[in-house]
Amino acid sequence: MQAPLIELTSITKRFPGMTALNNVDFSIEPAEIVCLAGENGSGKSTLIKVLSGIYRPEQGRLVFDGEEIATLSPREAIARGVQVIYQDFSLFPNLTVAENLALSRFLGEKRQLMNRAEARRIGQEALDRLGVSIDLEAEVGSLSTADRQLVAIARALMSPVRLLVMDEPTTALTGREIDRLFALVREIKAKGIAVLFVSHKMREMLEISERIVIFRNGRKVAEGSTADFTEGSITKAMTGQDIGGERYEGPASDAPIRLAVSGLSVPGRVEDVSFSLRSGEIVGLSGLLGSGRTELALALFGLSPDHGGRIEIDGHAIEAKDVNAAIDAGIAYVPEDRLSEGLFMTQSIARNINAGVIDRLSSGPFVDKTAFSQAAEDTVSSLRIATPGIEKAVGLLSGGNQQRVVIGRWLQTGPKVLILNGPTVGVDVGSKAEIHRQLRKLAVENGLAVLMISDDVPELIQNCNRILLMHRGRLIDEIQAVGVEEDDIHARLKGLD
Amino acid sequence: MRLPAFLHRSEAAVALVLLAAIVIIGAINPAFWQPDNIFNLVRANVVIGIMALAVLLVMISGGIDVSFPAFAAAAMYLTVIAMNHFGYQGVVLPFIAATLIGAFCGLLNAVFIHTFRMIPLIVTLGTASVVRGLLLGLVGTSIVNIDRMPQSLIGFGRSTVSIAGSQLTLMIFVYLGLAVLVWLFLTRTMLGRGLHAYGGDPESARRVGFPTRRIVYAVYIAAGALAGFAGLLHASMIWLANPRDFVGYELDVIAAVVLGGASIFGGRGSVLGTILGVALLVLIKNSLIILRVDNTWQSVVVGAVIVVATAVTALRDRRKAKAGS
Repeated sequence: MQAPLIELTSITKRFPGMTALNNVDFSIEPAEIVCLAGENGSGKSTLIKVLSGIYRPEQGRLVFDGEEIATLSPREAIARGVQVIYQDFSLFPNLTVAENLALSRFLGEKRQLMNRAEARRIGQEALDRLGVSIDLEAEVGSLSTADRQLVAIARALMSPVRLLVMDEPTTALTGREIDRLFALVREIKAKGIAVLFVSHKMREMLEISERIVIFRNGRKVAEGSTADFTEGSITKAMTGQDIGGERYEGPASDAPIRLAVSGLSVPGRVEDVSFSLRSGEIVGLSGLLGSGRTELALALFGLSPDHGGRIEIDGHAIEAKDVNAAIDAGIAYVPEDRLSEGLFMTQSIARNINAGVIDRLSSGPFVDKTAFSQAAEDTVSSLRIATPGIEKAVGLLSGGNQQRVVIGRWLQTGPKVLILNGPTVGVDVGSKAEIHRQLRKLAVENGLAVLMISDDVPELIQNCNRILLMHRGRLIDEIQAVGVEEDDIHARLKGLD
Repeated sequence: MRLPAFLHRSEAAVALVLLAAIVIIGAINPAFWQPDNIFNLVRANVVIGIMALAVLLVMISGGIDVSFPAFAAAAMYLTVIAMNHFGYQGVVLPFIAATLIGAFCGLLNAVFIHTFRMIPLIVTLGTASVVRGLLLGLVGTSIVNIDRMPQSLIGFGRSTVSIAGSQLTLMIFVYLGLAVLVWLFLTRTMLGRGLHAYGGDPESARRVGFPTRRIVYAVYIAAGALAGFAGLLHASMIWLANPRDFVGYELDVIAAVVLGGASIFGGRGSVLGTILGVALLVLIKNSLIILRVDNTWQSVVVGAVIVVATAVTALRDRRKAKAGS
């Protein structure tokens, strides 16, 4: 065994009211790819910040290259070769690629003046080292997420880096882009650089890493060679409970048809799509980004008034000409980006849950306070939203609980068809399983028809009766979830394009 | 159709609008083409233009400044009063003094905005009110008229060059010289690039290692300094010092900067765009006078300019964000 590049021993970091890291050991060797897994709040981010010198642990030893460091400052961490690529990449959208690449070097050299020609040269070198070509004069804000990530990686590799930390690097990437990223990570490893991946996506952890370290509640709960882990054992270590493996049974095949769509088209986006959803059915909808799946959902929800075709709910044709018409007809839509589209972050849980049905909870011009609280309490308990009270601001909840608030709001409107776009994106594993359980329960008990748009293949297989595949605006396949393996669907998704 | 690269820049759009406005106004009223009129217009650019450079710096940082008219008035009036008190006749020293007074006021803004993490609009509204109040309360309210104005300043402010029998003020070169300095600062210095970076994403700027504290202080101090300088220049060009001067300038100047393509969300803006924006605003306002449009309607126009120009830049920024996602 090689000498570790970095070795942390019995690290403890406390914040008021919580212990973020509790007596944690962690080490990484040169040219090793390690995956750091754990749910939100498990201490992953705190560990990164300790490694990069942003947080100072109360207790514990930091050893770099066999040399103990008393206090690690951010500057010292960088000097010792630790580079962190945060989820937001820390790039400047309003500056050019060349400037984004060169400025940190100029800063390091304590320059006072800016030299554009040299910035271009430095930028070109950095991109060449990665073997990618991106327009150096383009503003970073105009690049795709994948290209922005490449710029961030190129920038990190400009310094004499020995450990590259990537925080949730695959979140906004498509399958193809993830493959390209992984190839790049292996090249980086070949240069003798260690890579620490922080992720909560099982598949990727198993595919890219050599070793997996799992945190839960500020403690390291599992560690070992990737070959010794399965998705199940990772999940179990992360959550402390057995999750997954279950599949949704679905309703009887003669359940009434709730939603029938025929010949639906949105100019330039969706072409001639027909399908139907039975009461109690959960149907998945997948496809590459830009396949038209979101546009299809938006059309059903009345956000594409120029759509053509026929939409029926319980056998009655409806006109989805605007959102109100769609809601009245019984369609609910939980958007992709709950932060910007779904929730009032600074407002209370109760207000968020009841935001859509305030008329029903009012008598005359005044809100009926008892009914208002009751409705919120009922939703909180039936969806098992973890909160000390309904008056707490939604922004203080975890991602999974926020998502449940959005779903709870829609359930208030008494929908017949529930459309969810990426229902568990950014939600941690335990919370995700709970949301799935709730959705299945709603489908069975309330006879909802659920359309679930997702990229998460295990999620689709576990929860859906059928999975619809879209490509270039058309519905190209319908897969019965029973008996299907994840790899089949991955293969079919990758075969597109 | 693919347009040449320079036409994609927002400066090109402002330049085209400016050109169109000149042609239209010139066609309606041929008197527009008189050298006297054109030189008057140029002259009207000077003070607003220097103030616009100050606001440009602040806007690129992602902030907003409404205190510069008060700072300009304070710097101008204090300097003139002091000159009269000591019977000093000169040019360089008074301008240095006015610039320093402005810079000191700007420092106050920076302290509140950076150290106490307060919102720039609230801070600059407050400091503007305090500075104006102190000026009127402690220093005086009486206007220093032409008969008591220091002759050295008047002499400086009236210096002109004769072209085609008309007089072009030399102050335009002071303005353009400052513009070049600001342009060099913004594009050729690390502090200037750091200012853009900070305006684009303050958190990332901090992480990458930009001296964010120095950036914020530099911006507000420079803005105050430019305002102080512009204040005294204004007094020497109109031959009087009125402590109640510059009321309402904030709107005109901010309108001009926004018109020049600077983003109110920070990170974007250029000196060339600002110069063009100032020229366009001054042209519109003065033409309204020539066309005998009532004074009150000018404020309608300026307000509309702000709203429309902001809407256009916001659309531009949103399109860019969309292209990226």
